[in-house]
Parts: sequence; C-alpha cells; structure tokens
Amino acid sequence: MAPKVVLVTGCSRFLGGHLAARFAANPDIERVLGVDTEPPSRDLLRRMGRAEFVRADIRNPLIAKVIATAQVDTVVHASVTANPAGPTGRTVMKEMNVIGTMQLLAACQKSPHVRKLVVKSTSAVYGSSSRDPAVFTEDMGPKDLPSSGYAKDAVEVEGYVRGFARRRPDVDVTALRFTNFIGPRIDTVLTRYFALPVVPTVLGYDARVQLLHSEDALAVLERATLHDLPGVYNVGGDGVLLLSQAIRRAGRVALPVPSAAVPMMGRFFRSARLVDFSPDQMRFLNWGRVVDTTLLKREFGFTPRWTTQQAFDDYVSGRALRPLIDPELLTSVERGVLDLAAKLR
Amino acid sequence: MAEARVIPLHGADREAPRRRRGAAQVRAHAAAQHSQPPQPSESPREQEQAQGQLHEPVSAEPAPWERHLADLLNFARRRIQGDYEVDEFGFDPDLTDHILMPPLKPLYEKWFRVETIGMHNVPGEGGALIVANHSGTLPLDATMTAFAVRADHPKRRHLRMLGADLVFKTPVLGALARKSGQTLACNPDAERLLSSGELVGVWPEGFKGIGKPFKDRYKLQRFGRGGFVSAALNTGVPIIPCSIVGAEEIYPKIGDIKALARLFGFPYFPVTPFFPFLGPLGAIPLPSKWYIEFGEPIRTDVHGPNAADDPMLVFNLTDQVRETIQQTLYRLLTQRRNVFLG
Repeated sequence: MAPKVVLVTGCSRFLGGHLAARFAANPDIERVLGVDTEPPSRDLLRRMGRAEFVRADIRNPLIAKVIATAQVDTVVHASVTANPAGPTGRTVMKEMNVIGTMQLLAACQKSPHVRKLVVKSTSAVYGSSSRDPAVFTEDMGPKDLPSSGYAKDAVEVEGYVRGFARRRPDVDVTALRFTNFIGPRIDTVLTRYFALPVVPTVLGYDARVQLLHSEDALAVLERATLHDLPGVYNVGGDGVLLLSQAIRRAGRVALPVPSAAVPMMGRFFRSARLVDFSPDQMRFLNWGRVVDTTLLKREFGFTPRWTTQQAFDDYVSGRALRPLIDPELLTSVERGVLDLAAKLR
Repeated sequence: MAEARVIPLHGADREAPRRRRGAAQVRAHAAAQHSQPPQPSESPREQEQAQGQLHEPVSAEPAPWERHLADLLNFARRRIQGDYEVDEFGFDPDLTDHILMPPLKPLYEKWFRVETIGMHNVPGEGGALIVANHSGTLPLDATMTAFAVRADHPKRRHLRMLGADLVFKTPVLGALARKSGQTLACNPDAERLLSSGELVGVWPEGFKGIGKPFKDRYKLQRFGRGGFVSAALNTGVPIIPCSIVGAEEIYPKIGDIKALARLFGFPYFPVTPFFPFLGPLGAIPLPSKWYIEFGEPIRTDVHGPNAADDPMLVFNLTDQVRETIQQTLYRLLTQRRNVFLG
C-alpha cells in the first residue's frame, strides 16, 4: 500500500531532509511533512520542494496534533542521531532520541490513521566488545549492554518501538539497523574523524569497520516507506575495511594512542570542536562491528550499490581529501628504484 | 554411533611401515607434483618468472633479486595506500603471506623439522574442521599446523583458527590474530566460516590442554562442551582429527606461579627448566622433532537434519574424535625413539 501522507522527523539533518525531498518528488504521495526543532538550511529547503516544514519538537505532545490533523498514515522516524549539536549537546541529544521517540510513538498510537512506522536505528545496539561474534545477525543481542551514549539510546528506542508494535499490531513497523554512514555529502562523527590530518587510533587495536553510502541509506529508507516490509533489518555495505586501512586509503596518518590516554584524547577533540566521540564510539574504535545483511538482500530486497570500500573511496574523492603522501610520489619512487636496479644489473 | 569403537594401538596396516620413510616422501611428492615451493610468497613470483622466460629473450630477463625487489616495493606501496582486501573476520591474506608466514618457515623446517602425515585427508576445497590436541605452553602448535596446511597442502589453503577470547581481548595480539585469519571460538563464527567453505582449525582443550603440566604430556584433556561437533553437524562438514607430537616438549612446564598469573590476567604463568631463570633465553623453545598427523575425515552429513540437537550424538562424536586423536598420539609416541631426533 503506497503511503498518502508521510511525516519525516529530523528533516533538518541530511537523511531526514533528503528523504523528504525524495518523497516530495514522488507524485504518488499526496502530502509530505517534515518535522524538526530547527529549520533546514536554505539549500535543503529548496531541495525539499513541495514538502511542508513543521517546526515542532517531537518531545512535545503537540506532535500528536500534527499527526492527527494531517491524517498522517506513514511516519518515518529518522531523527535518532549520534551527532550532538554542540559540546553540551549530549544531554539534549539523549532527550531528543529517547523522550522524542516516546512522544512520537504515543502520538502514533493515538492516531487511527497511522498504518506504517519506519525507524532509523543503528547497529550500535549490538555493542562492541572482544567477546562478540565477528558478524552480527538480527537475532543477536549485545554481550554487555551499552551503559551510556548513543548505543544505549538506540537500545531504548528499539525497546519502545517493540512495545508500540505490540500495542498496535495493525501498524507495519520496520526498524533499520544502519552501520556507520559515509559519503561525500553527509556530515557525521566518522566523516569528521577521517578528515583529520593525523587520525588518532587506539594503540594495539584495529577495528573492522563496515560502512554504508549515504545514498544507499536514503534508498533503503525510501524503499521501507513505499513498500510493506515489516521487520528488523541490518543495513550495511558489503565488505569490511580495517580502521588502519581506511586511514591509509584516505591518505591520512594514524596516531596510535595508548588505551589509558584515549578518554583524555576524546575530551581534547571535543573541546576543540573537531570530533565529538562518545565513550561507546571509542569502544567502536577498539573492535569495530560487522553485521550480516543476508536478510536485507533476501527479504527486504535491497542490495547496496556501494561496497564499504567503494563508499569510502567515494567519500575520499568527494571531499577532495589531499593525501599526506602523494600516490604519484610513491609510484615514481618505486619506478626509480627499479630503474636503478636495472642499471646496476 | 551407539557401540564402542576399538582403535588398534599400532595403527592401520598401511600407516605403520611407510610412516618413517614415507612422511618425508609425502611432502616431497606433494611439492613435486604441483611444482610449487612451500614458501608462500615465492610462488607467484616464480611462476611469473617461468612465463617470462618463455616469452622474452634471456638478456631482458630481470635477475631474481630484481623480481624480489619489485615484489617488495609493490607490497610496500599496497600497504601504504591501503590497497588490499580484508574479509569480514578481519583476515588479511596479503599481510599473512608476506609478513606473518615467512618467519615461521625456518622454525617449521629447521628448528622443529615438522613432518606431516596424511595431508591427503585434508580436502582441497570446501569446508572442513580440523580438530587437534593442544600443548606447549605457547600456541606454537596452532601456528605450525596453519603453516603446514599453507605450505605443504597441494592447494595451499589458509587455516582459519578459532581462538580463545583472551587472545582477542589482548591489545596487539588480538588485532594480529584477526589479521592472520583467526576468529573467536564461538558457534556463530565457526558455522559462518565452515558454511562459506573455509578450512577451520580448533583446539578444543583450550587452556586446559596448552597449560597442562609436563608430567601430563600427551594426555588429552576434556574437549570443551563439544561445541565444535555441533558446528560441524550444523554445516555438514567433515571433522579431521589432527594429532601433534613434539609440541609438548618445547616448553616443559614444571611449575606455575599463580600470583603472577593473576597479576597479569594470564590463565597460568609457566615455569620451565629455563624460564624465567634464564630470562629471555629461556623463552627459546626446545628443538623437539614434530609430527603432525591428519587422520581420516569423520563425516557429519550422514546424521540428517537437526542432528546437532541430539546431545547424545554430539557427545559420542566428541568422544570418537578425542579417542582417535589420543590413540594416534600413543601410536606416534611408540614409534618415536628420541624427543629431539625423532
């Protein structure tokens, strides 16, 4: 059943905004509502076209009125985020993620028109530890529950979503557990991290990183909205990059930091407003995380167009990251040494 | 699997006479048949060289050391630019073949003089589970088995080993273990590897086996809870019992300093006749003569679906594998005349 009225939360951010733009361009959808606490940038607003922007806080019961009066039948909850607004934004972020989801779900439960709910979740719900299996499938849980930060928010959000699905069995609920996003246009903790000239890593660890191109993420969210595909799905690109390998591919230099000094390093980068890593994301730098996407391909019917490596390379070339060691220099050195060797013969 | 199995102490008839002479031949034969030298990094280069000699005049042919240099530079450039593939377990074949494996070659050929027996029992393709006895205080037996399968098997396969969680918790070691193709010993990982057609190695005795005192040498410990059998049953791959003789003597563990072990978070802190009294010198393994025998594969695809849910079958298969390894160990030991000379 194609949706008639779609509400997208978090539409001032990359995913929500571009998703609203895609729905606005779809003639089958009658009305597109974008909700966020702050207005989208002018560029994003222009892209969103006929989509209507509603400046509302989803933590406020007002959202119920919006959903009821517009007779929204499909809600795309894309505002759960790992990127706090500023150095003090962590508490606000948690409130937006958890309390916002609670209010939104309460509003959805009240409205009889709602038929479908799509939630952008994260693979961070699996946690990250040394005792985890190498690849997570949808039925696995975290070995030790994340005690704070984004991962804990996401676990709680998914809990509320399960509760909602239980109370409203007539609503199709799709939860998408995304791996980290990357791409030339999206701005996340990870894209800022790899753009640092010298990239701090944890000494003695090399995380396995699985990435998803932001365009693939949009396509998955769009597909989940337009088709009836209830369930929980892992979403990630094929293949894996090691953190050290990714840093080399971006032409950066890794700076291994002893584990003990990592929290201090994190505080430094946060106060310098370079990268805001939460403790659970630091654990991610130790071990990384890989998810199994068989269900996505077989049942959801979507195969990401970019592999992890391709997505990362697209990010590197799209951001025009200048490698510190010029690849041409390397090739010329290699050729020079070989020529010298040929002369010596 | 209900009746007890009798395993003859002095081996199968065909094994006994040809073992001492034969083992060396098996290796030479395998190498000759496939015209591939056992050293991993040399093979592509030499093949290239052979092709080059066919097409180009001899004068334009670069010297072997130049080939080697070109190879090395190419490898270095790939590493600096991150231009290599890593699988979802973090296995880095490029690094393993060029950096991690070559130092093991002298240890394998000169120091322990490893002889492999029954390499034909290891399938050339498809999933299989190698189950071996564990010993020697440090897991050199695992690395030697991996090297044997890589160097001496006609298909030169990579052995994907299942390691204890302590390995992956430890900095440096954990990252290195993943890059060399190891992963955590848990059923999801084992089944994922086996069903994707990998050759998986497991040492089910774990720390109980590797850290047992010298007086208990070659006495198999409990085989975990038989998790490896259910992984093989679920994926229908054969189990290949593997018996390793010689690894028990490399670090004769005559004592254990519990306090130090607790301090460092190790499962044991070994005392050997030379360690820690001789300091780093004591960490040199004794040059015992090694034999690695791969036994007949035990099929697991004949038990029908849901066989892994039958605990009795799992116990019986576990015992069968354990008994096979134990009896092969006894047989190899009776044929061994000297620990160091073989």
